Amino acid sequence: MKEQDLRDLIAAVKSGHVSRRTFVHRMIGLGLTAPFANRLLAHAGLAQTATQAEYKPTKAGGGGALKMLFWQAPTLLNPHFAVGTKDQEGSRIFYEPLAAWDSGGNLAPVLAAEIPDIENGGVAPDGMSVTWKLKKDVQWHDGNPFTADDVVFTGEYAADPATASTTIGNYRDIKVEKVDPLTVRVHFAKPTPFWASAFVGYFGMIIPKHQFEPYKGANSREAPANLKPVGTGPYRFVEFKPGDLVKGERNASYHLPNRPYFDTIEMKGGGDAVSAARAVLQTGEYDYAWNLQVEDEILLRLENGGNARGRVEIVPGGNIEHIELNSSDPWTEVDGERSSAKAKHPLFSDPAVRRALTLLVDRASVEAHIYGRTGLATGNFINNPPRFASKSTKWELSIDKANQLLDEAGWQRGPDGVRSKDGKRLKLVFQTSINAPRQKTQAIVKQACQKAGIEVELKSVTASVYFSSDVANPDTYSKFYADLQMFTTTMSEPDPGFFMRQFLSSEIASKDNKWQGRNITRWHNEDYDKAYHAAEGELDPVKRAALFIAMNDMVVGDPAAIPVVYRPGVSAMSRQLRATLSGWDNVLWDLKNWYRET
Amino acid sequence: MGRYLLRRLLIAVPSLLGISVVLFAVLALAPGDPFGELASNPNVPPEVGATLRAKFGLDDPIALRYLRWLSAMLHGDWGFSFVSRMDVDTLILQRLPATLFIIGSSQVLALLIALPVGVYSAVRPYSIFDHIANLFAFIGFSLPTFFTGLLFILLFSIYLDWLPFVYRTDIGGSGWHWYWEQLKQSAMPVAVLALLQAASWTRYMRSSVLEVSRLDYVTTARAKGLPERMVLIKHIVRNALIPVVTLVALQMPALFGGAIVTEQIFRIPGIGSLLISSILANDTPVIMAVTFVFACLVILFNLLADVLYGWLDPRIAYR
Repeated sequence: MKEQDLRDLIAAVKSGHVSRRTFVHRMIGLGLTAPFANRLLAHAGLAQTATQAEYKPTKAGGGGALKMLFWQAPTLLNPHFAVGTKDQEGSRIFYEPLAAWDSGGNLAPVLAAEIPDIENGGVAPDGMSVTWKLKKDVQWHDGNPFTADDVVFTGEYAADPATASTTIGNYRDIKVEKVDPLTVRVHFAKPTPFWASAFVGYFGMIIPKHQFEPYKGANSREAPANLKPVGTGPYRFVEFKPGDLVKGERNASYHLPNRPYFDTIEMKGGGDAVSAARAVLQTGEYDYAWNLQVEDEILLRLENGGNARGRVEIVPGGNIEHIELNSSDPWTEVDGERSSAKAKHPLFSDPAVRRALTLLVDRASVEAHIYGRTGLATGNFINNPPRFASKSTKWELSIDKANQLLDEAGWQRGPDGVRSKDGKRLKLVFQTSINAPRQKTQAIVKQACQKAGIEVELKSVTASVYFSSDVANPDTYSKFYADLQMFTTTMSEPDPGFFMRQFLSSEIASKDNKWQGRNITRWHNEDYDKAYHAAEGELDPVKRAALFIAMNDMVVGDPAAIPVVYRPGVSAMSRQLRATLSGWDNVLWDLKNWYRET
Repeated sequence: MGRYLLRRLLIAVPSLLGISVVLFAVLALAPGDPFGELASNPNVPPEVGATLRAKFGLDDPIALRYLRWLSAMLHGDWGFSFVSRMDVDTLILQRLPATLFIIGSSQVLALLIALPVGVYSAVRPYSIFDHIANLFAFIGFSLPTFFTGLLFILLFSIYLDWLPFVYRTDIGGSGWHWYWEQLKQSAMPVAVLALLQAASWTRYMRSSVLEVSRLDYVTTARAKGLPERMVLIKHIVRNALIPVVTLVALQMPALFGGAIVTEQIFRIPGIGSLLISSILANDTPVIMAVTFVFACLVILFNLLADVLYGWLDPRIAYR
C-alpha cells in the first residue's frame, strides 16, 4: 500500500465511511501493529478512544485480599533498577507512570491529566518536544503532593550514569523542563516521532523526589525507599521479602474515586509455572498467575477440568519466535573473528537457498503441535493481536517449491540426497537454547529440509550460556557461530522504531563492540538502512508507517529472518476476577481497576 | 573435655577456609553473570551492565575478590546481594524461620514415628506389624521427596481439596485460626520430610534394639525378675538409642539439603529456595553465604554428634 492510499483510507475513516476497526484490520494486514495503526489515526486528528474497562464496585475497599502468584518473584522494588519484568511488576503495585499502554496499544492517562497530542498542543508539530499536564491533587503514600518536580527528578535520576538505572536508555537523550507545578515539557535532541517512551509504561514509573533526592548517583543503592517503596499507586507498601513476597494494603487516599477494590494485595513468588497454573485454575488458592510458560495442552486440561475455578487469559503482544539466517560466514576466521560481517556466508549468499528455507518452516505444525494458543504461526516480523493476524499473513510450507527453487539455482543432489553446488555442500548448523518446544521446532525444520536435500545439524545450548553476554564463550546467541538460530525477540513498546534497529547495518554485532550490537544476523541492506533512517526523523505517521511496512517486507522477503510464531502473554485468572491485561505494558498496568465479580 | 572442644573448633577453621576458597573459585569460574539478564535486554544499554559490574567489583581478579569477601566476612559483613540490592544477612534472616520451623517439626515428627515403631518391631520381630513397618520403611526411603511431595499435592490438594499447596508466611488472622491455617499448610511439607527420615530411623532403631536385647545384661535383668516394661525402657531402649542419636545429629545437615527440593515444591520461602534462586540468578554473595552456612552446619553437627556420643556412653573418653 502506497502512502497516498493510506491517506485516502484515513480520510475515509474521518468521514465515517470506514470504521476505525476496519482501518486497524487493514493496517494489520500490512504487517503493522494495532497500536501503530491507532496512532496513525490519532495523528490525523482522530482522537483515540482508550478502551475504558467497566468498573462496577461503588466504593473503595471491601474486596478482601487479592492473591497473585508470580513463579518468578520480584527481587527488588525500585522500578529504575528493574532487571526483568518481574521487578517491574512488583514496582507497578506501588508506582505509576504518567500514562500506560492499554491492550489495544493506546495511551491511557494515569498521572497525566490528559494524553498530549497535536490537537491539544501537547505534541510540538516539529517533534522536538512534548508537554505533559499532570493530574491535580495526587498524593504520595506518605502524604506529600505529587508535582512536576517529581517528574523532572525521575528523569534526572534515571539519566545519571552513576545511578546505573536500567531505564537510562529512555532518559539520557532528553531534557525535562518544569513549566509550572503541574506541567512538564520533555525536549528531544532531534525530531522524535515516538515521543511516548519516557515517563510511560514499563520504564516510566515516577519516583518521589523527596525520598530519592539524596540517593541520586553513586550511592543510589543505599536509598531506604529501594526496599520500602513510596509511590502514588492504588496500594501502599506493607512488606517485601525478595524472591518470596510483596505485600500491600489499600491506599485510602488514591487519586481515583471508588478505587481500589481490594483491601490487601499479595504477590507470592517461587515454585514453577505449572503448579502456579494449577493453584489458580484447579484449586483456586490464588486469583491470578503470571506468565505461564506452560505447554498449551496442560493449560487446556486444567482449564477444562471438571471443577475448574479459573480461566486462561491470552494477551497479544510483540514477542516473536524467529529463525535468523547468518549473513556472515561462521566457519571462517577473518581478522581473528568468526561470523565477521566482512565474509559473506558461502551458502546464504545465494538468495535461492534463503528463499527455499522460508518454504521449509512448517509453521502450521509448530503452532498446532507445540505451542497451541501460546504461539501463533505468522509470516510477519512485526506482529499483532492473535485474533487478527492469521487471516492476512502470507506464508506456506512447500517442499516442492523449495526443491524447484534449488534445482533452478543449480544445486544438484548428490548420491546421499544432499545437494551441492561448486563443491559446496548444502549443510547447515541450526542452534537454539535448550527448551523443549524449541527442540521440537528444530526437529520439524530439520525433517522438511532433509526432504529438500538440505542437511541440518541441530545444536542446543543451555539458556544461561546462550543468552549470556560472556565474551569468552563461543556459544552465545550474539556470537552466532552457526548458520541458523532460533529465539524470541521482544518488542516491548507499541512502536517498531526501537524494535527494528536489529536489522540496521550500523548495529551489526562484532568483536569490536564485544558482540553487543543488536544486528545479530549481520544482515546488510542499503535500502533497509535508508528506510530506517528516513523513518527515524519522519514526523508524518503515515509516511513513517509506510516505511516500517516496507522494512518488515524486506526482512521477511529477503529473508534475513524467518518468523515462526509470535508469542502472546499467558496468564491465569480466577473466574470472578475482572482485570484488563495489556501486551504493551506491565500486566498490572490497570491494577487500580481490578475487582472481583460477586 | 574443654580442651577437646577447643581443639575440634580450631581444626574446623582451616576446613571452613578451604571450603570457602573452593566455593568462591567454582562460582567465579562458572559461566554466567549476575547482570547477564541486562545484557540480553535490548532496552538496557550495555554501559549499565558495565557500570554495575564496576560498582560491585566484579571486574577485579578472583584472588582480590576473595580476599575482599573474606575480610568483610571476618568483620561480620556477609555481603550485598547483586540481585536484591540488600544485605545478605537480612535476606538469610528473613528466610531462616520458615526453614527451621519446617525442618524442626519434621524431625520431631520423624522421631515420634521412628522410635515407637522401631522398638515395637524389634520386640516382636517378624510379626505382621514388623512386616508392615518394614514395607513402609522401604517405600519411605526409596521415594525421593520431590516424588512424595507431588503425590501428596495431587492427593490432598487436587483430588481431596483439603490442604493448600502454596506455603504462605503471611497467613492472616490470629489465635486458633492462625494455628489451624499454619497446621494445614505445613502438614504436607513436614510429612514429606518426616516420612523420609522416619523410614531410615525406624530401621536403625529396630536393628539397634534387636542387637541390645540379646546382650547378657538384658538376660540378667530379666532373670532378676524385673517386669518386661522396665527391662525394655530402662535397659534396652536407653542403650539402643546411643547409635541412633549420633545418626540423627549427623543427618541434620543433609536434611537441609533435602529440604531445598521440598521448599521449591511447596514454595516455602526458606534458605533452600533462596539458594536455588540465587544460583539461577548468579547472585554470588548470597550463594556464598548460604553454602557457607550449610558448611558450618555440617561441621557443627559433626562435633555435636561426637560430643553427644561421649555423653551418652561414658566408656568413651576424649583426649
